[in-house]
Amino acid sequence: MMQSWPAHPERGQRQGDPGSCTAYPVSSFAGGFPERLPAFSVPATPPLAKPGAASDIGHAMASSSNFQSWLRPDQSGLYCEPGGFHIDPSRPVSRAVITHGHSDHARPGHDAILATADTLALMRLRLGAGCFGQGQALAYGETLRLGEVSLRLAPAGHILGSAQVVIDYRGQRAVISGDYKRRADPTCEAFEPVPCDLFVTEATFGLPVYRHEPDHGEVAKLLASLADFPGRTHQIGVYGLGKCQRLIALLRQQGYDRPVYLHGALRSMSDYYAGRGIALGDMPAVADAPGKLAGEIVLSPPSALGDRWSRRFAEPLNGFASGWMRIRGRVRQRGVELPLIISDHADWPELIATIAETGAGEVWVTHGREDALVHELGKRSITARALRLVGREDDAE
Amino acid sequence: MKAFADLLDRLTYTPARTGKLMLMRNYFRTAPDPCRGHALAALSDGLALGFPLRRVLAGIGERRFDPELFRLSRADVGDTAETVALIWPGTGAPGAAPALSDIVGTLAAAAPADHPALLTGWLDSLDATGRWALLKFLGGAPRVGVSARLAKQAVADAFGASIDDIEEIWHGLQPPYAGLFDWLEGRAARPALSASPVFRPLMLAHPLEVQDWDRLEIDDFAVEWKWDGIRVQLAARGGLTKLFSRTGDDIGHSFPELCAPEGVDAVLDGELLIMRDGEVQPFAALQQRLNRKSVTRALMARHPAHLRLYDALEIAGEDLRGLSFEERRARLEAWHRDHAPPFTDLSERLRFADKAGLRAAWEQTRAAAIEGLMLKRRSSPYLAGRPKGHWFKWKRAALTADCVLLYAQKGAGKRASFYSDYTFGAWSGPEGAPVLVPVGKAYSGFTDRELAELDRFIRANTVERYGPVRAVAPKLVLEVAFDAIQPSARHKSGIAMRFPRIARIRWDKPAEEADRLETLKAMIG
Repeated sequence: MMQSWPAHPERGQRQGDPGSCTAYPVSSFAGGFPERLPAFSVPATPPLAKPGAASDIGHAMASSSNFQSWLRPDQSGLYCEPGGFHIDPSRPVSRAVITHGHSDHARPGHDAILATADTLALMRLRLGAGCFGQGQALAYGETLRLGEVSLRLAPAGHILGSAQVVIDYRGQRAVISGDYKRRADPTCEAFEPVPCDLFVTEATFGLPVYRHEPDHGEVAKLLASLADFPGRTHQIGVYGLGKCQRLIALLRQQGYDRPVYLHGALRSMSDYYAGRGIALGDMPAVADAPGKLAGEIVLSPPSALGDRWSRRFAEPLNGFASGWMRIRGRVRQRGVELPLIISDHADWPELIATIAETGAGEVWVTHGREDALVHELGKRSITARALRLVGREDDAE
Repeated sequence: MKAFADLLDRLTYTPARTGKLMLMRNYFRTAPDPCRGHALAALSDGLALGFPLRRVLAGIGERRFDPELFRLSRADVGDTAETVALIWPGTGAPGAAPALSDIVGTLAAAAPADHPALLTGWLDSLDATGRWALLKFLGGAPRVGVSARLAKQAVADAFGASIDDIEEIWHGLQPPYAGLFDWLEGRAARPALSASPVFRPLMLAHPLEVQDWDRLEIDDFAVEWKWDGIRVQLAARGGLTKLFSRTGDDIGHSFPELCAPEGVDAVLDGELLIMRDGEVQPFAALQQRLNRKSVTRALMARHPAHLRLYDALEIAGEDLRGLSFEERRARLEAWHRDHAPPFTDLSERLRFADKAGLRAAWEQTRAAAIEGLMLKRRSSPYLAGRPKGHWFKWKRAALTADCVLLYAQKGAGKRASFYSDYTFGAWSGPEGAPVLVPVGKAYSGFTDRELAELDRFIRANTVERYGPVRAVAPKLVLEVAFDAIQPSARHKSGIAMRFPRIARIRWDKPAEEADRLETLKAMIG
């Protein structure tokens, strides 16, 4: 299926975008891109890996596979040369495919982006209408020809609109998963395993100590605490896009039908989810609520826990919904009384199982605790490399 | 095990005393015997399971998990037992989790060679929280912020009993405390008072406030010096002697010379001091003797322990607590004439003709290097806890110094959103280039309103952040009140403040006019 996507300009890498990361060195190989490549045409001579153009990682992998001849990390992120686009680049580029709307993946300033309709809408909400030049929506499962590659998006199960990028090129298939999880999530489509040769994975929770508990048990902990401490406001820190809405939906699944009060910073995302038909129930603003909200659930960004904002509540009881709450030291560090191990990332067994399921012979690890995952995959005779992409915030879950 | 694991888990995350009590109360009401008894033992005096946890874990770890993955995980988690609990491979279908009583019973009968297989089996049958709790339990004393006293308080609350009644029988009880729970649930009579000496909850004093002083009738009160040691209770019966701290912990092992009095049968209240050549030594000398598992002869000779007695709760099996202070004092004096062990004396009774004389004596306390005065109502019985209007402590007037606020940190609980812990400094260095040196830390003495003002000042004047700590522009002067200044090798300033608090916020005073370190050093005494 052919769709419009702007031709990319002379250089893949833009410079000097005001307010963006101009401190980075200019890409050394930006000038080597084919000029005036129309969006969907097949070039007469396929681009080859350019000597000296690959990064260190590319060199390191030259012996193990040839994926780096068409997909490789540069200073902006992963770059697909025959397709002429970056995936989740950390600084402004001409053409970017965005896996999902979290700020460490979806950055402002690209000339053109391709993403699911939800991701485009969430980016506009978060970053403003002018945060990218042109946006093109691609539905899950639709295939698009880009340069010499064909591309489709598959659900990643991370948040609403999150996608894996499936790229086919000359008989090889790479899947760039972005962030993903395998658990059922009432607010987004479930992860779709896609068989591939190269699987690019995250490793936020890439240590065997990270095994998330079942969600319903964690939500039950919250409900039990409300019963035990009916005089205290339960203020739960949540990541504003995804976690917030998922926690509300999980509460509703377990029959909690009281209002869930929201910090102002969580409003626009939650309203968007509700507008997309995800039943979240009554979500009044804290600012409009009368009284001290004793015995009620208030959701806020983690930064508002134990902050001046929370002084309005009745003996606030701090909770935090995050995969990091698995570790007691982290719970104590944040002064959290009610840790809820609810994560939007794959835990260790899910990372391993997903990689096995894709059948990929080679795995690249973008960010997180990559050492352990690379070690474990090595034992399983899977070629694995840590990419250490810049700009990923794996602690922000 | 599941209920116990949940209890430990939630206790670690619940900072407030009331919250901890609520959790334990619910547990003791609902958990079955004898499991709850073992849990109570773990939370109070600790359980002597004799299980070499570290060694057993080291032995089975290598076989169960990849050392490299364990190393990386341990670095991320920061605690070995927790890492094991989390990394332990789930075996799919957990078997029936063992009850606490099964674990205790099995271990009692097990040979050391069985330990690895037992632990492996238990870990396999538990979830992550259960594994963590098991490892804490096997380790002996789970550190979950609960004192022995708090655990007993929870048991008392759970069944509407008084903690004093529990304390009185406590030392005659053994885990899993079947007799205790039978009595609390009305199935049996109260267990006999223990044959070994028991802790009697202490009677505590209130600070003397202005209105107390105004109402005070001199003839109603007995007066003693306030001694600078630690409050202890010597309890001796049937040849056994225990020395209890004010919270009921037995500290006798640190002071063996006090625990071998021949023929003493009494429960006595007094001050533990270090006394050399008839002179009471400073508190620092006593610190040398505290918290030691074993004590050498040399240490005992260098810092000889002494007991200055001021009350008697029981003599020759007779409970004296219902008697007035005057009557108890008379009994104590008579007993001391007949039995006095060599390391004891009596706290002197001070007599004053009028309140003016009493006040004059108080005003002399600092010059005399005495902590202050104790005023005890002569007609009062010995009442456990801190009853109002009976005993007063009248500490010597505080010293003060003007210091500059340097760092601030947030508090906990109600103060979680306020910068309420303050580090302050005094000027040091040469005249032309003075520098501020931290001299102390305080988190009390101010009103809620002042706290809010300080919080606002700190947020507006932060110059740097180090994790949770904010460095503040050095321009606010705090008048700090403290009991004493002692030399200290551990602090850069060379001094340590005793009991500092914020007396006043000097919004009006320029930081340059705050006190110099030398001024504070001159107060050492």
